[in-house]
Amino acid sequence: MDLVPLDYPTLRLIWWLLLGVLLIGFAIMDGFDLGIGALLPFVARTDEERRTVINVVGPVWEGNQVWLILGGGAIFAAWPPLYAVSFSGFYLAMFLILVALILRPVGFKFRGKVENSRWRETWDIALFIGGAVPALIFGVAVGNVLQGVPFDLDGTLRPSYDGTIFGLLNPFALLCGLVSVAMLVLHGACLLAAKTDGPVSHRALDYGRVAALASAGLFLLSGIVVATLIKGYVITGGAVADAPSNPLAKTVVREAGAWMTAYGDRPWTMIAPLLGFAGTLGAWLLLGARRPGLAFLSSGAGIFGIISTVGLAIFPFLLPSSLNPNASLTVWDASSSRLTLWIMLLATLVFLPIILAYTAWVYRVMRGKVNAASMSRNPNAY
Amino acid sequence: MIDFDVVALSRLQFAATALYHFLFVPLTLGLSFLMAIMESVYVMTGREIWRRMTLFWGTLFGINFAMGVATGIVMEFQFGMNWSYYSHYVGDIFGAPLAIEGLMAFFLEATFIGLFFFGWDRLSKVGHLAVTWLVAFGANFSALWILIANGWMQYPVGSTFNPDTMRMEIVDFMAVLFNPVAQAKFVHTVSAGYVTGSMFVMAVSAWFLLRGRHRELAKRSMAVAASFGLAGSLSVVVLGDESGYTATEHQKMKLAAIEAMWHTEPAPAPFTIFGLPDQETMSNDFQIQVPYLLGLISTRSLTTQMPGITELVDHAKQRIRDGLVAYEALQAIRANPQDQTARQTFASSWQDLGHALLLKRYRDDIQNATDAEVAMAANDTVPTVWPLYWSFRVMVGLGFYFIAFFAVAFYLATRNRIETSPLFLRIALYSLPLPWIAAETGWFVAEYGRQPWIIDGVLPTFYAVSGLGVLDLALTIAGFVAIYSTLAVVEVWLMIRAIGHGPKDRSGLEDLVSGPDRPTGGGSFAPRPARAAPDRNA
Repeated sequence: MDLVPLDYPTLRLIWWLLLGVLLIGFAIMDGFDLGIGALLPFVARTDEERRTVINVVGPVWEGNQVWLILGGGAIFAAWPPLYAVSFSGFYLAMFLILVALILRPVGFKFRGKVENSRWRETWDIALFIGGAVPALIFGVAVGNVLQGVPFDLDGTLRPSYDGTIFGLLNPFALLCGLVSVAMLVLHGACLLAAKTDGPVSHRALDYGRVAALASAGLFLLSGIVVATLIKGYVITGGAVADAPSNPLAKTVVREAGAWMTAYGDRPWTMIAPLLGFAGTLGAWLLLGARRPGLAFLSSGAGIFGIISTVGLAIFPFLLPSSLNPNASLTVWDASSSRLTLWIMLLATLVFLPIILAYTAWVYRVMRGKVNAASMSRNPNAY
Repeated sequence: MIDFDVVALSRLQFAATALYHFLFVPLTLGLSFLMAIMESVYVMTGREIWRRMTLFWGTLFGINFAMGVATGIVMEFQFGMNWSYYSHYVGDIFGAPLAIEGLMAFFLEATFIGLFFFGWDRLSKVGHLAVTWLVAFGANFSALWILIANGWMQYPVGSTFNPDTMRMEIVDFMAVLFNPVAQAKFVHTVSAGYVTGSMFVMAVSAWFLLRGRHRELAKRSMAVAASFGLAGSLSVVVLGDESGYTATEHQKMKLAAIEAMWHTEPAPAPFTIFGLPDQETMSNDFQIQVPYLLGLISTRSLTTQMPGITELVDHAKQRIRDGLVAYEALQAIRANPQDQTARQTFASSWQDLGHALLLKRYRDDIQNATDAEVAMAANDTVPTVWPLYWSFRVMVGLGFYFIAFFAVAFYLATRNRIETSPLFLRIALYSLPLPWIAAETGWFVAEYGRQPWIIDGVLPTFYAVSGLGVLDLALTIAGFVAIYSTLAVVEVWLMIRAIGHGPKDRSGLEDLVSGPDRPTGGGSFAPRPARAAPDRNA
């Protein structure tokens, strides 16, 4: 008896969508924490201002960070070859992200425990690194995915990788890294402007408007580079949507402009880049109109659009291989077994709505501005 | 070919980061429940002292929790970074509990930990209490899913090898979920956490009492910790995780190594309390044995025989030879996926494939292995005995000490005599590091005892590494050592400082005890000058 009511291609497609949901969820929820970390030294100058900024994210960063942990876990469970190849291939870049993500929790927690300006400035640097470095590297990683990554799989599907961290830091990847930084700084600035008052709020508004223009401009520039200079990947045969996951069964070629064909074949996908521009520029307008709360929603929509743009452009690829294109990982050959995808889908359907519900409740409890008065009311404020 | 320096460094890195992470986890598991109990008393009785206690232990919990989170991310990423073939080979099964841990447990814990600290003035008493309990349950559910994943590494049930995808795939999720090894490990590990949390509260409170400080808070904290610690220590020993040792061949090997039982003894086997194991001669010097005890503990019968190391090695030899049949069938399937004869052979022999892979240490074309190589691979199934033998004895000895300690503590607490027993207070203070030693030796017994397997009987550890260079690993190990050492110093210093400041730390706790109901205005909570003043250097 077959216990799984959905066929394999459908489950793979659902998990591709859920991968998008988790990555976008991470970028939107933890993204403003990262953006605010990167903005910390610039928008806040006195200790009280910095405490204000930190206490904006203080009650929620721990929960937000779980989006990343869940994203990692879900890739492991639903796309094991993707997890294996990308985490080991981007080895030292991953290590830098880990360093940044180690500095962040302890920075939040330890900074306020000692009243000494050198102590606090040290942790401010840690929080800046903890925000800016992951924001940059995640974008750099996306830039490398678009170009293909130099990995191969042998007959036993053991991954090998032929590249260095310096290869990852190529000009196009750095451009994508800057898109990511600008996008998350904008998102963080909107929240800061909305949740604070006084000089911090004003500075956040100004930085946010610059970041919005930078984000839209760099997004456009990287789109032009993808259309003209970057070689995309095309499956030429052997891909079967309900076959067992073995990436070596298909053939793939590299072709200039291939990443743009999705938009010609499926014109509705143009919604994604349009949303990317509309959300980002909308945030710029709304910040100008002193409506940071709405700008935050708009920048969230912009993030949704920008990340979806990449996902839709490379579909069905997840991680193309520049070394041996045939070994590229795609939605149809890099997933878990049908049973695992189904079990994980059930778990997600049960728990994701619960997570969203209690997260919304926590944000409701913590609503309102953060300022000296609100911080002094809480004995545990950072 | 596999680079064995990379294998050694990857193992070193995993062991170091896991042992370090596990310094923070047990305290989180135990202290979260202790805080929830204290806050429950506060909500039920309305007495302010219990809120002060919750806040004070909460401050220490927060310092510890931040380190737990920071080092936990490293654990999750490390599977993919350093053990990519492992991730490919078993991700279909192993990934699921990790992902569900995020969905069900860690999200809960991490979302509500923010409210635990920031919600005191925004939630009703009962509302905040609910948040605290959710944090505690989240932490413990987290342990459940991690140990389901770990239990499967020790006893890989509910799965099969798929020759088309070259990996293990799930066939029975319920078997993975209700894996007896995982269940035993869960109870054992969280109980160890309760002992750790209780000992932490006992030791810090004892320090206060020895100095005559915060007496009301310390006495009450000790009463709670004594009873919780007694329950925890009984559970950790009585429901210890020995129940899984008979489950598989290699779990039997682990048990034989722990006991340094080189040869099969007639049932019921004696328990060696003391001895000096000698791996080369396969015997123990100066041993003191209690007749029957081991057989009774591990088989719960007088007649079931327990195999010794030599007999298990002979058995491993046979399994390696059988595994080569599976290996050759797998090669045939890879050459021609339509080869039904090979598929049938593989289906009946795949359970021994992992044993054949042990030969990959000696040659790539393992189907041509010599008898000598088979013998060497079979010998590899024996973990180094003496470290297991001794860590196990340290752990068990401490377990019995904890029962005695908490029994005395409980007796003194119920008679209200803790404060007047300076000797006991001193013992409590100096016992502080012991639960950590027990927890780390326990981790060592479980995971070092699993060697040479990363997945028991399925995948040898050396075969599971990433294709990294020695330089990659040297850089990351140096980086982790530098960051972790710095943070360890900072964390301990902050803890000692927070304890030294006591419950009247700058967190405004003094204000909190002024009355049962908090004023709504900012009046009595006005910021202290030092905090409101702009930073001088800014």
